[in-house]
Order: sequence, then structure tokens, then C-alpha cells
Amino acid sequence: MAFSPQLGAVRFGTGLSPRIKPAQSVADILARLQGPDFMAATYEIPPFETVRQDLIEVRKFVGLRKEARKTKDKEAEKMAQRGVRRLRRRARNNRALWLRQAVVRAAMTEDGMRERLTHFWADHFTARGKQGVMLHSTGAYVAETIRPNVTGRFCDMLKAVVVSPMMLLYLDQVQSIGPNSVFGKNRKRRGLNENFAREILELHTVGVEGPYTQQDVTELAELLTGLNYTPLRGFFFDVDRAKPGAETVLGVAYGSDRTATLDTIFQALDDLSVNPATAQHLAQKLAVHFVSDTPDPDLVTHMATKFRQSGGELMALYAAMLEHPASWSPELANVKPPFDYMVSALRALDIPEKRYINWEWKDAERNLGAPLQVMGQHWENPVGPDGWPEADAEWITPVGIAGRIQWAMTIPPRIKKPFPDPRDFVGHALGSLAPASVTFAAGAAETPTEGVALVLASPAFQRR
Amino acid sequence: MDRRRFLKTGLIGCSLAASPFVTPVSFASAPWDTRLVVILLRGGMDGLDVVQPYGDPAFNGLRKSLKFSRDSGAQDLDGFYALHQGLSGLMPLWQAGELSFAHAASTPYRNKRSHFDGQDLLEAGTAVLGGGKSGWLNRMLAQVPGVTAQTGYAIGRDELLLMKGKAPVADWSPDASLTLSSQAKRLLEVMYHDDPLFREATAEALEIVDSLSPEDLENTGVPEQSEMDMMMQSAKNGGNHLKIAEFAANRLRADTRVAAFSIGGWDSHSRQEVVLERPLTQLQGTILTLKAGLGPEWGKTVVMAMTEFGRTARENGSRGTDHGTGGAVVMAGGALRGGQVVGDWPGLGTGDLLDGRDLRPTADVRAYAAHVMRGLFGLDRAVLEGAIFPQLDMGVDPRILA
Repeated sequence: MAFSPQLGAVRFGTGLSPRIKPAQSVADILARLQGPDFMAATYEIPPFETVRQDLIEVRKFVGLRKEARKTKDKEAEKMAQRGVRRLRRRARNNRALWLRQAVVRAAMTEDGMRERLTHFWADHFTARGKQGVMLHSTGAYVAETIRPNVTGRFCDMLKAVVVSPMMLLYLDQVQSIGPNSVFGKNRKRRGLNENFAREILELHTVGVEGPYTQQDVTELAELLTGLNYTPLRGFFFDVDRAKPGAETVLGVAYGSDRTATLDTIFQALDDLSVNPATAQHLAQKLAVHFVSDTPDPDLVTHMATKFRQSGGELMALYAAMLEHPASWSPELANVKPPFDYMVSALRALDIPEKRYINWEWKDAERNLGAPLQVMGQHWENPVGPDGWPEADAEWITPVGIAGRIQWAMTIPPRIKKPFPDPRDFVGHALGSLAPASVTFAAGAAETPTEGVALVLASPAFQRR
Repeated sequence: MDRRRFLKTGLIGCSLAASPFVTPVSFASAPWDTRLVVILLRGGMDGLDVVQPYGDPAFNGLRKSLKFSRDSGAQDLDGFYALHQGLSGLMPLWQAGELSFAHAASTPYRNKRSHFDGQDLLEAGTAVLGGGKSGWLNRMLAQVPGVTAQTGYAIGRDELLLMKGKAPVADWSPDASLTLSSQAKRLLEVMYHDDPLFREATAEALEIVDSLSPEDLENTGVPEQSEMDMMMQSAKNGGNHLKIAEFAANRLRADTRVAAFSIGGWDSHSRQEVVLERPLTQLQGTILTLKAGLGPEWGKTVVMAMTEFGRTARENGSRGTDHGTGGAVVMAGGALRGGQVVGDWPGLGTGDLLDGRDLRPTADVRAYAAHVMRGLFGLDRAVLEGAIFPQLDMGVDPRILA
């Protein structure tokens, strides 16, 4: 039950590469995490702020279109319509580009745990657009709100999420109007919306087993009123929508009779972020994701304790996981979710960077996006705010395994030239972790295509 | 003999020579002739909007943009309830006695109003959360003899707890395929020998592909690039509810007797009028496709569409509704005694609402499912109230079936 570079790269990174050397120790993994984010700098995904500029432009064209319809100016209407379409198309192309960037980062990185953590936290704080340009802009939310915070304090990520336009729209927070607020008094028809408050407690912090009641949900929802966003202003705290007065969440009163402020909300988030139930919930979830569907309780307790002792530092949580012997059980356990499966395959195949760069929307969709959907992981589109499932059996269903095998059989020969000898490829993909049956299958296959596909289809490659 | 068990036994001592993935075994046809389709409406369908109790004097007062009016296109059902215009294409079924609803029904889930817990409870069919890892439809299959892997089918890319459990069920999405050379198949067996999860999922996938008639799977043989493209193309075109319905009808005309899948998109916190358009269109299209595809078998079929909870009686501040409790069940099929809205109406007056906000449930949705399964499959009340739906009191027969 001890660290090995190969196991580290497979279990806590994005897999093995014939070219990129894995981290040589736990300290090495942590040092890379604490160093600069080379991949984000090299393969850029812009922050949500750039999407907001596009949304302003969309709004401008929509206004022009409305005006043109009023004046029955067919030519102007057509121009405005073209503007809206162009921006929507750009958003769609961006989504494919950002998926490709996410894939290249994972395939090329020397700091694989950062990629894994980014996906983990993006999933923990699942948010996505519901329509138009927003529908394609989840990547920008992750780039701005999640990724810069994966090595900081949990409360900082939580606060970033709470002021992020994507989440405020996704969980209907922008619809929520405080009772007795200036805005609410004038518009009797608008009212409180509990959706975001409920998910903060149930999913993001203390967890569904946590010590909260419907009353806490309602009071947190009242506390959150005022969080607002418009494309023109971006995020802002809208005092007019905030319910005046104090709210009590998990027994603590926040705010006073004076004007409501964003700070009051942040105080509640500070407390929630280090609640013992939050520590337990995050430790359990991280251990399930990285180590096993049924992690050693001692590992989870160790992680939760270190996290609490550090005052909510995520690096302490990760270090606690990596230093615990239960994390290094040599048996490959968790099944990689489809995205991780695919990127670890591309990493092992060592596809040259310029290949990805040349992919148009159509190629990215055909090679990556559509196959992910067949495997059960429609990119950035989980069904609900609880994100993707963790249990192995959720992924390895008849249809899920069919999607994986079929991808392994058809896509690598299209994009990898010259194609590797399957007997070498076993080493690239699995190193010393290769079971005899996989080595045998790679050598006994009828064609190189099938040999490589069999290695990628093996349980040893699909587990970590 | 249970096919899954056969495959398991068959794999012990597997060698390159034997090929248990493809062992051809023929089975007796399904144990009964009646069919049940369960559709999970994920997101919390607003029963009060879909089946509008416009005869309740309080209804229109609770709803501003969502109130009943003669111009909204809602179709009068019986002088008290009206059907949302998005399902108006089902009115011929109502008139033919092939469409029914249950109102003011819910699972035993109370208070926290979470989609995920609500759906878990709806699918588990237990009285309380955390009651187990199996679904009620699977436990039903486990109760009857003669069930094969084809009897129950979970369809679509969505994983269904409803169909998980000890009984073997098939699981497929109409846009997947799996074609392997015989050598590749044998080598996969070698690699999967010691990993039951991979071994069984692949055996099942191959079995499903083998069992598909040519109209389901146009390509066979070695995978060609074009085939992958076709598969990906169809995936790209979306979860494609009509393809799922067609596939279900196709299976149900063969050996399948129970099929389940889901239709999402019901979570209408704001602009409900717009949000519900798509899921209602999908539900209506699904039911009509099942009827057309089942042909003569439609007469022996019940379709039950159920959701994790209803929504708040009062419209919220953003022309939507929030998570509530009591809701509606949509039922269709030739085996119904249709044309009725069953369930005691609790009223929508101030004192009538649950917690002052939700439609008060007067029946457990599990009771309706239990009565339907009792009628269709002849299951005992004791089994239904025990192994299938623990702690359920089925109550008096609501006389849903013809």
C-alpha cells in the first residue's frame, strides 16, 4: 500500500504517457499542484467575462431585430437576425474548442491531478446554461470560477460559485426576490426561490445527511436574496431585492436590521464551508471519486480531520488523501468516467498536439463529443445539479461498455499515425500495471487496430 | 433457468476455445401476455398544470400566468379537470377510454423536496429513503417465475434505479452498437474473465445486439467507419424520445413485457408555460408512438408516467412553480378503464394545502402502480405490500383497469 509513480499517474492523474514522466513522489504531485497552472496558460479557455461581452452583443442584435420588426424594415431584421445567429454559432464552436482544450490539457499535462480536481469540483458545483449562448458556455464558468480555486480554501471556491452568473442562472437565484424588499414590495407577483439555497446545503456543503431542516433552507434562501446578474452589469449585489433583517441558518443569525450586504452572505458561507458535516461530506466525496466507491472509513476520517484542522484548506484535504496508505491499494478499483477514459487513451496513444489543434467543430464532435454521449457522459450536460454518478456500475452498463469498445475500435486508427504496435502499446498504456491477460490479448489480436482497442477495452485500463 | 446465472456459470473455466459471450440459448416466451411501460418524468411535473382542477374555486386564485381559461387551449375532461393543451393530442385516447389520470398522489417523500431523493424514493418504491439499492419494477420481476433477461428492458442512456436489482433485465439505448470479430470477442473474454462487472455488461450488450432484428440494427459484421459515424450521428441528434418509444414498442411486441425509460425537463421554476412545452410534446409523442408501434398489443398494455413530486400550489414569483408534494400520474393503454381522473380531491383552499403550500396527497403513487400490476400480472396483494412496496397499504381498488 505505498506510492508508485505509475499508480499515482493512473489513480490521481490523467494516466500514463509514453513520453511524459509521471510525478516521482506524493510531495512531487503536491508541488506541481502548488506551482503555476501551465496547461491553462498554454491551452486557453477564456473566463466567463468574455461570454458576457457576447451576451451584450446578442442583446444588442435582439433589440435591433425588435426595432426592425416594429418599423417593418425587412433588410434590417435580416441583418439583426444574422448577428444573433453568428453569435450563437460562435458559442457552439467555442464549446467544441473548449472541449478540445480540456482534452489536450489532460493528454499533455505533467500536473494531472489539477485536471482531475478541476473536473471533480466542476462536477461538485455543477452548473450549466439553459438556452442560447449560455447553453455552450459552461467551460468558461469552470475556467473563471472553479479552476483558479482548486488549490485554495474551500470557502473561496464556494464564494466564487455564489457570485457566478452561470450558477445564479442555473439554480434560479436571479429569480428570487426577498420578501419585504424594495423590489418585492412593488411587485407582489415576484417572490422567493429556494432552489439555490437548497442545493448549497444538500449538495455543496453539509450534504443531504447534514443537520439542516426546511426552515434552514428557507432562511438561507432569504439570506441569499440580492445576488443578481444581468449581462450588462455582470454580477452585482442588488440591495433592493434583498430581504431586510437577520436570517438564522444552522442556529446562527446572520445580518441585522441594517441594510443587507454581500458580506453577510459570505459570513454564512464561511461558517458552512468549515462545518464538520461539510468536512465529512467533502472528504467522503473526494475519496469515493479518487480511491474507491467504498473508501476506507479511516481514510475519510483522516481527510475530514486534516481539512478541519487547516481551517478549510483544500491542499490539506488532498495531502491527507495522498499520505494515507488506503489511497495506495495496488488493486485498480474505480472505473474511469467516459471523459477520463477517453483522455487517458489519447494520452497513452500520444497523439501529437497539432492534430487536436486542427480539429474543427465537426471533428471534435465526431471523435469526442458524440462518443462521450453514447458512453453516457454528455459533455458538461449532467442531468441534474448533483452531477455525474460515481458508482462503477453506473458506467459499465451494456450500452456504456458498447460505447467504449466501439470508440476504442474506430477512433484511434483515424487519428494516430503511424499506428503503434499493440505489444508496445500495452507498456505505454499500463506500464507495470498490465495484467498477463492484457499483454496476451494485445499480442494475439488479428490486427493492430484490434490489439490497441483490446488494451483500451481492458478492465485494467478502464479502472484506476 | 435464469440466463444471467447461466452466463455466469458458463464463464467458469472459460478458455479460448469456449465462447460464453455468444452461447446461443433459446428461451420460452414471456410469462404473461400483458405489457407495462413505466415512464419516469424527471424534474417534478406540475400535476396542477397538466391536469388542471379548474372546478376548484381556489385554483385560478393561486395561479396568475398558469390559470385555467377557455383560451389557453386546455381541454375539458369531465367538468372539473382540464388537460393541458400540450397533451391535447391525447384527447382521442381519452374519448376511446385509453387515457386516465390519478390526481393528488405522491410518493411517501415529505419535507426536503429534493429531486434526487424524490426520484430515488419513487424508483426504490420504499416507504423511506435508503431502503435499498433495488427498484420496485425489478423486485416485481423477481417475484414471477419464467422471467428472462428480455422480459424487462431499461431503455435510454439514463440509468434507472427502478430496474436495478436481482432480476435480470436488459439495458439498451437505441443509438448504440457493438460489433466485434470473433477473435476480438474471445480475447475480451480472456481479459474480462475475472471482472464480473465488465464481463456481464459485455455479455448482455452482445446478447442485445444479437437479439435485435435487422430493422433495429442495419449493420452487422466488422465495424466500419461509417457505422461508428451513424451511431454517433444518431447520438448527436439527442436522447430522441421517439426512437426510444419505437424501440420499446418493438421489444414489447417480441418477448419484453415490462419497459422503463425517462423523460426529463419538468423542473419549471420559471416561465413554466415555455419550459413545459418540450417535455409535454415528448410525453405525448411517446404515448402515441407506443400505441402505433404496439398495434394489436396496445389493448393489453398500460403505460404509467409518474414523477418524483408535484409542485407548489401557488405560482411563484417568476411565472413558475417550486418543488411541492402532491401531483398527478398519467396513464394510457388499451388495458385501462380509461376516461377517468381517479383520486380523492383534497381541495386547494387555505386550510387544505399541505404546509400551506403544496397539493395535499390523498393517495400513494405506489398504490396505483400496485393495483395496475395486480391486475396485469395477477400478483398477490401481500407480495405487492411486502416485497415490492414495503409497508404499502394498497387501500381499496381504484378500478383503473378494464
